[in-house]
Amino acid sequence: MKKKRIRKKQKYFSRGVMFLICAIFAVLFLAPTVLTITNSFMTESEINSNYGMVFSTTTGGYVSEHVNLKFIPDKVTFSQYITGLVRSPEYLMKFWNSVILTVPIVFLQVAVASVAAYSFTRWRGKIRSGIFFFYVILMLMPYQVTLVPNYLVAERLGILNTRWSIILPGMFAPFSVFLLTKYMRRIPYALIEAAKIDGCGEWQTFTKICLPQCRAALCSIAILVFIDYWNMVEQPLVLLNDAEMQPLSVYLSTINSGEIGLAFAMATVYMFPSLLIFLAGENYLMEGITHSGSIKG
Amino acid sequence: MRSRTKTTEKLSPGPKREKRAKRKAGKRERFKSVTGRRERTKDFLRSLCFLSPSFLGVCLFFIVPFVVVVKYAVTDSSAADAVFVGIDNFKKLMANAAFKLAAKNTLTFSALAVPLSVVLAIVLALMLESRIPMKSAFRSFFLSPMMVPVASIVLIWQVLFNFNGSFNVLIEATGGKAIDWLNSDYAQLVVILLFLWKNLGYNMILFMSGLHNIPKELLEYADVEGASEWYKFWAIKLRYLSPTVLFVTILSLINSFKIFREVYLLAGNYPYQGLYTLQHFMNNMFNSLDYQKLSAAAIIMALVMIVLIALLFIIENWFGKDVEG
Repeated sequence: MKKKRIRKKQKYFSRGVMFLICAIFAVLFLAPTVLTITNSFMTESEINSNYGMVFSTTTGGYVSEHVNLKFIPDKVTFSQYITGLVRSPEYLMKFWNSVILTVPIVFLQVAVASVAAYSFTRWRGKIRSGIFFFYVILMLMPYQVTLVPNYLVAERLGILNTRWSIILPGMFAPFSVFLLTKYMRRIPYALIEAAKIDGCGEWQTFTKICLPQCRAALCSIAILVFIDYWNMVEQPLVLLNDAEMQPLSVYLSTINSGEIGLAFAMATVYMFPSLLIFLAGENYLMEGITHSGSIKG
Repeated sequence: MRSRTKTTEKLSPGPKREKRAKRKAGKRERFKSVTGRRERTKDFLRSLCFLSPSFLGVCLFFIVPFVVVVKYAVTDSSAADAVFVGIDNFKKLMANAAFKLAAKNTLTFSALAVPLSVVLAIVLALMLESRIPMKSAFRSFFLSPMMVPVASIVLIWQVLFNFNGSFNVLIEATGGKAIDWLNSDYAQLVVILLFLWKNLGYNMILFMSGLHNIPKELLEYADVEGASEWYKFWAIKLRYLSPTVLFVTILSLINSFKIFREVYLLAGNYPYQGLYTLQHFMNNMFNSLDYQKLSAAAIIMALVMIVLIALLFIIENWFGKDVEG
């Protein structure tokens, strides 16, 4: 009896320790995001007095004052947002660049992938499983490998320095084909069979049976693809020479030291859509990640 | 539905026999749906129709140009028409100091960051699996960095790790000596932290779903037998997690090659030499349009990736074989 109680106590104790560790981790994980958001509401002068040292001095220079990391602004102001979004349209332009690169990729990639995934689900032969295996390999290749072919094609087609040089390869990225195929293979075969018996053609089976069945999958894949491309840096740097066309992700790093406050505001604006999507579609995202969980299955 | 298929998989007699059974089932499926040769070719054409948009795109943007890449890699650049030079370009590349530095940095980074992210993700997943309060909130907190674009967070990272930054304030307050984080050998550490911050959540979710799939009876049985938590972890959980470990390792490996993004946003195109990654090298080659070196580097990278992944698969097969059997 006593032993049991001690054990119980131990259990509670270890659980408490774990909770504490998790809490510490959670603070560490959240802090950068929260700091960026709160700092975007500070006035320019407050930002400068807090972080001026970091962005103005070159490294190794004489240190007179240290930074002052602050969570809560002295005075909440939207002036940074107003300057960024209303007065200087260049940020808005860059934001628009990000949108116009990412959104078509998300939709087109999911569309192309869902059709291909249907093909991989519905018919399985040696050739097709060979192709599927090839897709997996391609999916695993880093940018250092795939960007070179992309560049060569873009050059040959004359679409280098245009948005198409990013959108077109993005459209055919094999990642979502892989993921969607894994989802679709879970659909019971009898369902497809039944549709056929009822006189559905392939296209009808695809649109009326398969797609509705994996609506959740489509959402989660769209989210994953969106994050990937919203965050992109490598492709625009290599494929777009024109500074005008760079997305905000690249442009943010070129902001000069005089505009740190503005940079914080724009950084917040930039993370806003993805955070919104996270809050809205967290369950889809979780499910998408879970199902991407094994390459072999 | 899902859980049932999982258990049958687990209980199946063995990989080989399972494969044979699967093949048979596949054949049956095909015969069931299609009768007669004409129907079959029709069916094949239909399947091609569905596959073609994606496959043609992949051919156009990845496969065909990759053939060109191979061609570039084995021919001479200076000659007007291509002269076959064999592995000359590779030799030149291997002798290139910048490439060597980049390869070394990228490999050290991967060698440090990948195991760390795997181990820490397992630890986090195990902690969240044990019954602690606010579990789902923690899960979202840990996952949230994944959704934050790196570009947005770099400012804070600079504030933290600048020579005049917060960490140095903290160090000096405790009597230490300030470190120039981004311009010293500590730079890799900074980037590893950023990498972990970004990727741990994703990996953790993967491990959590892996843990979820472990048959509960097995763990209960171990409890009855009086197994310690530690033993349960090594003998049961890790065995069942091994496919997930494989996947997370591959994923982290790929992500570790993408670290250029973070480095570029933190330190620009010409960072401290400890941060010079392969992608930096590639970018410079793109700028000077050195196709030969680019192609050779791309091919080497592809080969290294394939070898590494094959190796991981072999290790996983060896480690997890008595689970499946």
